[in-house]
Amino acid sequence: MALLEVRDLQIHFRTATGVNRAVDGLSFDIEAGEALAVVGESGCGKSVTSMSILGLLPTPPGKIAGQIRFRGQNLLNASESRMRKLRGAEIGMIFQEPMTSLNPVFTIGQQIGESVRLHEKASRAEARDRAIEMLRLVGIPSPERRVDEYPHQLSGGMRQRAMIAIALACNPALLVADEPTTALDVTIQAQILDLMQDLRSKVGSAVMLITHDLGVVAEFAERVLVMYAGRKVEEATVRDLFRTPRHPYTQGLLKAVPRLGSSLGAETSVRLAEIPGRVPDLSKPLRGCAFADRCPRAQEVCHRIDPALETKAAGHLAACHFAPREVSAA
Amino acid sequence: MSAYILRRILSTIPVVLFVMIFVFSLLYLAPGDPAAILAGDQATQEDIEAIRNQLGLDRSFPVRFVEWAGGVLRGDFGTSIFTREPVTGMILQRVEPTVSLMVVTLAIALVIAIPMGVAAAWKRGSLLDRAIMLFAVLGFSVPVFVVGYVLAWTLALKLGWLPVQGYQPIAEGILPWLRSLILPAATLSGVYIALIARITRATMLEILQQDYIRTARAKGAAGHTVLYVHALRNALVPIVTVVGLGVALMISGAVVIETVFALPGLGRLTVESILRRDYPVIQAIILIFSFVYVIINLLIDLSYTLIDPRIRY
Repeated sequence: MALLEVRDLQIHFRTATGVNRAVDGLSFDIEAGEALAVVGESGCGKSVTSMSILGLLPTPPGKIAGQIRFRGQNLLNASESRMRKLRGAEIGMIFQEPMTSLNPVFTIGQQIGESVRLHEKASRAEARDRAIEMLRLVGIPSPERRVDEYPHQLSGGMRQRAMIAIALACNPALLVADEPTTALDVTIQAQILDLMQDLRSKVGSAVMLITHDLGVVAEFAERVLVMYAGRKVEEATVRDLFRTPRHPYTQGLLKAVPRLGSSLGAETSVRLAEIPGRVPDLSKPLRGCAFADRCPRAQEVCHRIDPALETKAAGHLAACHFAPREVSAA
Repeated sequence: MSAYILRRILSTIPVVLFVMIFVFSLLYLAPGDPAAILAGDQATQEDIEAIRNQLGLDRSFPVRFVEWAGGVLRGDFGTSIFTREPVTGMILQRVEPTVSLMVVTLAIALVIAIPMGVAAAWKRGSLLDRAIMLFAVLGFSVPVFVVGYVLAWTLALKLGWLPVQGYQPIAEGILPWLRSLILPAATLSGVYIALIARITRATMLEILQQDYIRTARAKGAAGHTVLYVHALRNALVPIVTVVGLGVALMISGAVVIETVFALPGLGRLTVESILRRDYPVIQAIILIFSFVYVIINLLIDLSYTLIDPRIRY
């Protein structure tokens, strides 16, 4: 049994123009201690998926079906009080916006200590000690002083470190990180990723990393799940995915990543590839493959039949009629 | 910080000075000869001359103002024309009911309005939200004396739960004191509740959308903790601001309410003094009310630094 098992997750929102199928039949597993990256464009359903794990969707969806099993228990029909015990204690979460994700009127120490006091019934003094310890762990200098400071006294990178400290304060088994580095400077991004990698080995949490940045994926994750239009289109180990991407969408994404050296040599500069077209309107029923309209390899069949997710090689899934299949596939 | 406080206190001086000039001019802005007005309808020419002389009206305006202002600064508001008693003493006798009424009104308003506003924001668009907002509109639009008479008729006359009118000094026991104040304070708090509930709802609606509310929920904080600790703390600056501005509403309401419920406070003294054209008393009361309003809003300004650590002067 995996730590987190998502089965046929469907999250639909009712909108003025129809039913928006934000997530449509998504399944995946995260093993204990594993780092899974979820990649895709904005609006592909990756953030909605991550929020639904903690039951924190901002607007209640019109329909949410399937299963999200954490240690075997389906969270979709868990009570609110059960979810509260899980949030922050067994599943921690980091968000994209470090500048606004901390409460401006409480000290950093109070905010880190809050989950410790909530979940471990710790005293004020114990919570403060843990907060200092966590600040030291996430590499904030002079934590004894910082613990009593307010968020506005910290830089963006420091605030994201503080967010990580909050999320990890109770040693959660799973850390959900929704674009944790997107809002940060590139140099700070690298520091935060290093920190998360380092903490993962220390704390042993599994990580679900939501990102649109394939560079982050390569550096951090072991396994990658590529989402498109609310569905999983490809899943593989990082090595396999970067070496032999099988879905045309993944191939397009990889071509759109600038590589050091490829475009710097003045005359031999290579133009970055882009994926033409736009993400389909999820409030209209889709026929055939969701990517067909943008796909360079699309054939007539792609517009008619939705390709099933198939094992194309050992541990490598893709949903494409034309993705190459390895003969030796198990 | 202390430089700011000093500057802020100094800046109230022109305001108070302006009010003093205005209040003092009141007597002379009124049409006719102030001495004749003061003397009343049946006065002889000698009476008027005597009053004019007594008030020093034969001297110039600035001289008289400085003399009067000097007295005010020493706590001497002159002598009542009607009772011939020192105004300061008359006012001190009347302070307790008014201060009591305002404190109880404020307490009722805060205890009711803030949970109402929070609940309305939390259940936005629900029946509860609409009911609360309807109540707020009524609170604004129904005159206080109507509310006062309706409450007195039902709760005091028909049900006999509370005294119809009158005031029990706090020295005679907290419970009788409170019982005598519940009806007037409940009546007076209507507008205040409406004001605070609306601003609480509007501010909370905005704050509940913030990312840090999501962070609090992701930590496993319970719903009431998220609302009353994480969100309300951030909503306090606007709420405290309208509480301060609302003191003006409370002062003007107290004048009506003290008359309706026969409370021997400053509000009733104001009405009595106006009817008697007792100008020294009217001047003193207006000046005191203005001063209280200025001081309360000064304290509120300074309290922002305690509420929000980002605000530093």
